[in-house]
Formats: sequence, C-alpha cells, structure tokens
Amino acid sequence: MLSYVLRRLATAIPTLFVIITISFFLMRVAPGGPFNLERPLEAKVMENLNRIYHLNEPLWRQYLLYLSNLLHGDLGPSFVYRDFSVGDLFAAGLPVSIQLGASALTLALIIGTVLGSIAALKQNSTIDYLVVGVATFGITIPPFVIAPVLSLIFGVSLGWLPAGGWGNGALPNKILPIVTLALPQIAIVARLIRGAMIEALRSDHVRTVRAYGLPTRVVVMVHALRAAILPVVSYLGPAAAALLTGSIVVETIFGIPGVGRYFVQAALNRDYTLVMGTVVVVSIFVVVFNMIVDLVYAWLDPRVRYD
Amino acid sequence: MSTTENVLSVRDLKVSFKLADGQVDAVRGVNFDVASGETVAIVGESGSGKSQTVMSLMGLLASNGRASGEALYRGEDLLRLSPRKLNRIRGDKITMIFQEPMSSLDPLYRIGRQIAEPMIHHGGLSPKAARAKALELLKLVRIPNAERRLDAYPHEMSGGQRQRVMIAMALANDPDILIADEPTTALDVTIQAEILRLLKDLQNRLGMAIVFITHDLGIVRRFADRVYVMRAGEVVEQGAVSEIFVRPQHPYTKMLLAAEPEGHKEPVPDTAPVLLQGRGVSVSFKIKEGFFGKNSFELKAVDNLSLTLRQGQTIGIVGESGSGKSTLGRALLRLISSRGEIIFEGQDLTGADLRRDRPLRRQLQIVFQDPYGSLSPRLTVGQIITEGLLVHEPELSRKERDRRAVEALKEVQLDPAMRNRYPHEFSGGQRQRIAIARAMILKPKVLVLDEPTSALDRSVQKEIVDLLRKLQREHNLSYLFISHDLSVVRALADTVIVMKEGKVVEEGLTEDVFARPQKDYTKELMAAAFMSQEARREAEREAASAKEAEAS
Repeated sequence: MLSYVLRRLATAIPTLFVIITISFFLMRVAPGGPFNLERPLEAKVMENLNRIYHLNEPLWRQYLLYLSNLLHGDLGPSFVYRDFSVGDLFAAGLPVSIQLGASALTLALIIGTVLGSIAALKQNSTIDYLVVGVATFGITIPPFVIAPVLSLIFGVSLGWLPAGGWGNGALPNKILPIVTLALPQIAIVARLIRGAMIEALRSDHVRTVRAYGLPTRVVVMVHALRAAILPVVSYLGPAAAALLTGSIVVETIFGIPGVGRYFVQAALNRDYTLVMGTVVVVSIFVVVFNMIVDLVYAWLDPRVRYD
Repeated sequence: MSTTENVLSVRDLKVSFKLADGQVDAVRGVNFDVASGETVAIVGESGSGKSQTVMSLMGLLASNGRASGEALYRGEDLLRLSPRKLNRIRGDKITMIFQEPMSSLDPLYRIGRQIAEPMIHHGGLSPKAARAKALELLKLVRIPNAERRLDAYPHEMSGGQRQRVMIAMALANDPDILIADEPTTALDVTIQAEILRLLKDLQNRLGMAIVFITHDLGIVRRFADRVYVMRAGEVVEQGAVSEIFVRPQHPYTKMLLAAEPEGHKEPVPDTAPVLLQGRGVSVSFKIKEGFFGKNSFELKAVDNLSLTLRQGQTIGIVGESGSGKSTLGRALLRLISSRGEIIFEGQDLTGADLRRDRPLRRQLQIVFQDPYGSLSPRLTVGQIITEGLLVHEPELSRKERDRRAVEALKEVQLDPAMRNRYPHEFSGGQRQRIAIARAMILKPKVLVLDEPTSALDRSVQKEIVDLLRKLQREHNLSYLFISHDLSVVRALADTVIVMKEGKVVEEGLTEDVFARPQKDYTKELMAAAFMSQEARREAEREAASAKEAEAS
C-alpha cells in the first residue's frame, strides 16, 4: 500500500506543475498589477517596487524564479500584505480554516448519515419526507443567507453566542461558522446516504442476511451502511478539499481570520504570489484528499482493491 | 408419508401486493405440507407465485406485500410471529438459498465471516469457534483449498462456488428445513448437476427437509419426493413424483412435461450456396493486472475457429458460459474485431468497414439474449423495429415505414395495433418477438441468435422456436444459433459445434452429435441437459416394470 501511495504522489507532481504553470500565465494575462492603485504611485517609486519584486524582468524569468523558489518551499512575499510572506499568511490562517472545515465535515458526516439512514429505513413515511424536504432546503439556501440569519437569531436576538469575530478561537465563536458550513453538507450527505441505503436494503445480499435471522441492527449497521457509505466517500474528496481551505462567505460574514478570504481579495488586488500560493495549497489539498478517498474506498470495498 | 411428522404445514396461504393501480394477488390460497427429512418441490413458470410463497414464510416479502393464512412450523405460525421471534427461527431452523449466487453474498465481507455470522447469532458461538465450524462447512460443501477460501471475497469465486458457500451457510445451524429457490437456474448445466448432487448427498447425511422451488420438472424427478405444481398463484396438481411423471392429471402439468421443444431440422444439401464463412477466426482480450498492466496477458476467447454457414442452414453453437460462443457470433458479424478471415458471399469482411458498408451490414443481423435489456424503454415498439430502416432505407416515407412495421409484426405473430406501445407493456416472449421483428424488417440473409430463448419459460420457448422455424422456411434464412440449452439446439440446428474455452470440442450433424457424442465433455453436457427427458423415461420404465411385477 505504501508503494501505491508513493506512486500516487509521484503522479501528482506533473499535475501540480501543469496547474501552477497555467495559473501563473493566466493571471498575468489579466490587466493591471499589484501596484496599480487608485492614486497612481510616482514613477520612481513604481520602478523601485517593480525591481524589488522582479516584476521588471521578462515573464519567463519570473516564472522560472517562482518555480525555483517554490521548490525551496518559498511561496514568496505578499505584494499587498507588505510585512508578510505568503507562507506567513497561510501559517496563520490555514489552521483556523482547517479547524472549522474539519469540524463541519465531521458534524455533516455524523448527522447526515444518521438522518439519511433513518429516512431510508422509514422510506415514504413522514420522517422520510421531512428529511428529504429539509435536505433540499439545506442545499438550496446559500450560506450568505444562512450565516447572517444565524448570526441575527443566536447572536443578536437571543444573545446566546457571539454574532461574529474569532475571539482567539474560543468555542462559542466557532459554533455558528461551523454550523453554517455544515448545514449544506449535512443535506448532501443525508441525501446520498438515503439513496444508497434504499438501494442497499433492497439488494440480494441484504435479503440474505435478513433471511438468516440477523437482528435489524446488524443488517443495517454492518451490511447496508457499509455499502451505503461508498458514494459519500467519493463525494467527500473534493468536498473536504473545498471545506478545509476555507470559505470566503463564512469567513467574511463572521470575521474569521482564515485563508478563504484570500481567494478573492488576492485576485482582485493582483497579489500575484498570494494567488499562486492559494492555487498551490488548494491543489495539494485536492490531490491528497482524492488519494485518501481512493484508499478509504478500497478499504471499504474489496472489489476495487489494488494489488 | 402420514406416519412421519410434518415440520411445516401451510394452510390457505395468500400473498398480495399493493400497487399504485390496485392489488395483485400473487398467491391465492395455497396448502402444502413438508414432512421431516423429505424433499418437496414446488414447480411452476415465472409468475406462478412459487417464489412469493416461500418468501412470505421467511418474512421476506417486499414492503407492499401482505400474507395471510397459516404456516405452522412446529406449532408456531410463521406468518404471525414478531420479527424478533421470527429471527430466532429463520437462519437457524429454517434456512434458504437463493437463485442469484452472484449477488446473494455481501461483496464487502470475507466469506468466512459471512458463514460465521448466523452461527454467532443463533448458536452463540465465539467468533473463533464459528470460524472453525465455517472451515468444516466449506470442506463439507467441497470447496477446494477451504483454508484459503475462508478469507476470500465473493467476487473472487465463481457462481458455482458462491452457491456452495450459500449452502454452507444454510447448513451451519443444522436446520430442519432448507428452502432452495431456483438454486441452480443461474448456473451452467454441469455445475447445476454438481450442486444438485451435493444437496442430495448432504440431505442424506444431515436429514433436513428440502423445499425446492424450480421451473424445471426435470430436476424434480431426480431430486424430490413430492411435487406441487403451481400456476397463477394456485396449486393445480400435487402428488408423489413417480405419480406425476407417469400420470399427470392437469393439462398444465402435461404441458410442462411436454414443454421440451420437439422436432428436428433436415440438414441442407452440400450443394446449397455458402453464405458466411469464417477461417481461423480468433478473438483475444488483453487482461491487465497490476499497476501499469505489468502482468497483462491475453485471454483467447475464440481460438482459431472455422465454420461454413450455407443458405437455409442452422448451425448450433453450444457451450457453457465463458466458452466464447457469444464472442464468436459477434466476431462473425464484425461487431468486435478479430483475426482470421470472414467471408460473406465471396466478399472478405475482414477489411470492410461495416459501419460504412451499409448494404452488407443489413444482410447480417443479430437477436440478443435479454429481451428486457435489448429494447430501448423510451421508444415505442414501432420506432424500435423501424429504426434500422431509417439507416438502411432513408428514402422511405413515414407511411411506408409504418406499413413495413405492420408487416414485420404480423410476421412474428404480434398484433400490429400494439406498435404504439412501449416495451415494458410486453411479456418476455413478446419482447423477443419484437427483437426478431426488428432484425427481420431489414430482410437479412444471416441471423445470429444469441441465446434468444434462454430468458424465457419453457412454454414460451417452444413458441419462439416454432416462429424461428417458420421464418427460416419462408425466407430461406441462415441461422447461427448460440445457446447453452441443448434441447433447443437439437430441435433447431442441422449442424452443431460444441465449444469450450474458445476451442471446438466436437462438431458434426446434430443428429450424430446428440445420438453418439464422442468427447467426454459433450457427454457430460448431454447428461446434465437431458435430465428431465431421462427422468421421464426412467419413470415410465419403472412404472411398467412395477405393473409387470404386479401382473406376475
């Protein structure tokens, strides 16, 4: 298995290289630069800045320079957050985003699985319709509506939880962002589990274990659920990569110092290195999580195991 | 029989299903008894309610199904037990094996664990003890390398082996009754015979009663003590096997007994023009194993095979699954690529691109095995059968196409008024007629029939065989008839090719091969396939000698 992991990581390197190359040049096609502010800088100042950040050199040189720095683990300085390197920004923000994302994901998995299973077991009952209805609702209401509403109810009206802010990572501050992130995921997981569970409960091999008098608990937990969780595992790879790298909406509305906000801010400010840094980090997450998904899938389903 | 105690007695069992458009009564008041240690067969065609009868006893009806009546197992009514109490009986004292060996085991767990699970729950065995017992059981059902197979996953085993695993599971808790729901239908004939022998042997050693559900009366004779014949949810005839085979009372039983397709075909003269010829045809598939296909090897599905099909001739190609017979049929039509020469009316097809060479393509048509899968559910029957005309005769007007559709449907003896309906409204036999009409509308010269009767009940099979005969007579068609079903081949083909692992085992005139099979494999196939006819003859002989003994 270790050799499989190493091979997978090795094949990921060319993928990352292509992503980095395309992003690098694509971004430079966009007009403007990091120092084109509303009030133009003096020509001399501009020239100095460009020299310091190597922006005066030909594009291919800048590209090679970026690659060689990247190989040394240096993501470069941020153009806009002048006192910080891109590495510093991620070191500060990424743990926050991962914490929120991972909590939301765990919550979504547990609640979604339970809800989906109950709905499947009571198919076409009131509970089933309720779960499906709520799930549809959860998927359709965007987080930029959920977040302020939650904040308004629990933060402002009831005053149970802080309406926003990070509070240095105090638990009450985390609850609303986590719930906002988790709600749509709960809905998706519940729907996936419900569908797959209904199919599993009707399958021949579940009929077999029922015919052999195994208690419902074993039939559902051991035989049906393992089959039902497979589509969720496939969904989880890209979903985890997206959640763990932060959400711009949630971070902006609740004022959380994660990395999600960098996606948009950096692109708008033409903060070249920060954009590239985000691309690199997200790509690595996607590659790693897809691999984890494949490993978990193979662990759950012997039919797709690699020898 | 009356001296032994009944372990199961079913009275006035009714099963119905609630559907959106009303109620379907699948079982309408069935009575039967099972004495301890005996084998009872319930026989009927699809839709007779035989499976639902036993499903209701095991509490396995679909959620819209309801059962009423009484099913007493040692004084307890199975239909009225709470789920918890029922769970104490099913899997322990009453066990079941199913028709679908490929999907009846959980693909995600090792078979050792699956065999052990009921023992742990019912017998209270420790996982370790259950595993040891599972190993014993695997040996009992004669699985080779039992120690290693204990840790295998279902997908690593063949259909026959999986059915053995199911039997092992069924025997684990020393049951009183083993219900076998068409346990051999999905298996090749030779494997079928092995499984039946195994079941019989185990019954002799362990003494459980067997309730055997089947559509095949042939199996019953060898296997069962008593038979119940079911039709449309009712038992139409019952009695001892020896009685029913010799003196069937109900017309339906008589029909089932006589349902083997009959007649044979006169071979065409050697002077008949050659239509399709294959010389040294080989098809191989690359099987990739390991990362980057390091251990890839070539599987020869068809290995250097030659045949000549003359006008009006039917060549029967027989073999078990994996013998390459379907692959050969597809290669001859150039639906898959192959090596060797394929010549149609003097023209070498090997180089021809049949996607472009339309006139050639329309001469060579195919009918598939699965009448449910091979018709698009979203097109009407009229659209399905005229689809080929759109390609081959695009100049036809809509009206003209419709006229041809009517003609084609009449030809396969379907009501042309049905052409605006969708495939799901038709039965299996009717669908197969539609598939034949779709091929016939193009007026082909060669028809490849890939197991066209295998998915059908015997009585329907017979009708399709008659239809194919009629079409061949009227249009001087040539058939390549691919089947694992020897009785159909015997009735239809003038020459026969027996295939195994891509190679020809034996070939010759149908009459010769069936009367005097030369190779062991062919003999084995025949013995397994003609159980029911043999059984009938045997029963008649026995009855005759009994009468003689009485007279003297």
